[in-house]
Amino acid sequence: MSWFTPEVIAVLINVIKAIVILLAVVIAGALLSFVERRLLAVWQDRYGPNRVGPFGMFQIVADMLKMFFKEDWTPPFADRLIFTLAPVVAMSSLLVAFIVVPITPTWGVADLNIGLLWFFAMAGLTVYAVLFAGWASNNKFALLGGLRAAAQTLSYEVFLGLSLMGVVAQTGSFNMRDIVAYQADNLWFIIPQIFGFLTFFIAGVAVTHRHPFDQPEAEQELADGYHVEYAGMKWGMFFVGEYIGIVLVSALLTTLFFGGWHGPFDLLPQLPFLWFALKTAFFIMIFILLRASLPRPRYDQMMAFGWKVCLPLTLINLLVTGAIVLAAA
Amino acid sequence: MEFAFYFSAGVAVAATLMVITNTRAVHALLYLVTSLLAVAMCFFSLGAPFAGVLEIIVYAGAIMVLFVFVVMMLNLGSDSRNQERQWLSPRGWIGPGILSGLLLAQLLYVLFSEPSSGTISGASVDAKAVGIALFGPYILAVELAAMMLLGAMVTAFHIGRHEAREVA
Repeated sequence: MSWFTPEVIAVLINVIKAIVILLAVVIAGALLSFVERRLLAVWQDRYGPNRVGPFGMFQIVADMLKMFFKEDWTPPFADRLIFTLAPVVAMSSLLVAFIVVPITPTWGVADLNIGLLWFFAMAGLTVYAVLFAGWASNNKFALLGGLRAAAQTLSYEVFLGLSLMGVVAQTGSFNMRDIVAYQADNLWFIIPQIFGFLTFFIAGVAVTHRHPFDQPEAEQELADGYHVEYAGMKWGMFFVGEYIGIVLVSALLTTLFFGGWHGPFDLLPQLPFLWFALKTAFFIMIFILLRASLPRPRYDQMMAFGWKVCLPLTLINLLVTGAIVLAAA
Repeated sequence: MEFAFYFSAGVAVAATLMVITNTRAVHALLYLVTSLLAVAMCFFSLGAPFAGVLEIIVYAGAIMVLFVFVVMMLNLGSDSRNQERQWLSPRGWIGPGILSGLLLAQLLYVLFSEPSSGTISGASVDAKAVGIALFGPYILAVELAAMMLLGAMVTAFHIGRHEAREVA
């Protein structure tokens, strides 16, 4: 029993915590497909899936069974290696980005000093999933979707990074826990960094290819875009990856702009996880509400909006924040 | 930390070799992305996490995406693969390869003939220190790079403008 020194036990506990967080994120991502369909139905005056089990709750089980038993078909004209790699990148890069999110004071996978930059790096790598899927499918609709996604993600990543630099300048650190601690002592960043919040939210929606920025997979024009050739579990990984992206961006919005695990006016500090989960669930709901209510803009309008409105807005926000920080110092 | 450095450096060298020898353009680019990630790992192991993350964001996440983008538009088929194979025939590269190998052997001999005094401590340089260095002693280089990028941007804008729409 001499193996179980306090250090080994500490390592084991951290590994178990990390695995629990991983499973929780993946399961939340999978369950979201059901939640999204029900909420969409509520907002659009429909019933949605309500036949399987109480309130249709077992629909997700039925969907998963169907997906597992579908033939995992790789088209003969596809580039096998890259065709298989793309869904893996789609799911894992966003999942890996989750390690920097501090959930409660004691829960969180890694406490990196470059926390926020780690998220940008992993968000940058997600482009490859869509690009490779589009190219390897050897299908013109998939390729068009992949090209759209690449241009869109590159444009929106420029101010995805810049929009958060105001937060970083005020905190003086890239570390997520420092950012949460700063918000607990001062105002939540939603008030001083309202423009940062708006642009980050828009860029977050664009990076996860969610409606209204889902031109890469526009069903009407591209018959599903980059994942049109995918079936079975490979398609499932794209699907779950998208929902993991939603959970990730919602958790980041909570952490960066809404005080993380702290409640408003320091209410109930004993329940940090409750606050974190409530705020994250709220933003997930906003994501779904966007999809339920907004029409899809044209592709060139979306690009112009990114470069001509959001980018200047973030730059002005950064300049003003920098001036204020300098004046206060 | 030294093990991490040499391991990721080895991966970087192997991946870069694969970039050169691969005949499919997109697969070669995939190896190039891997190579850049390995170089980022080298930075991490040397205690420069800021530089490492920037390497991933800027090179792997933005510049390589443009490369992949362009190669996908070209739609290279089996013709280009055959051509690559012809160009990569051993007759072409074996002579220079042997001579370069001799030079590499000499370099390694010089490097390892006396023990190096440099060690990898793993002490990390944070973003603030990088920023102070950039806007302190290296301010001139930063300004020059900024001028060059501005010039490049103006040029790109000039080439990409719609003349027909401007006349109308």
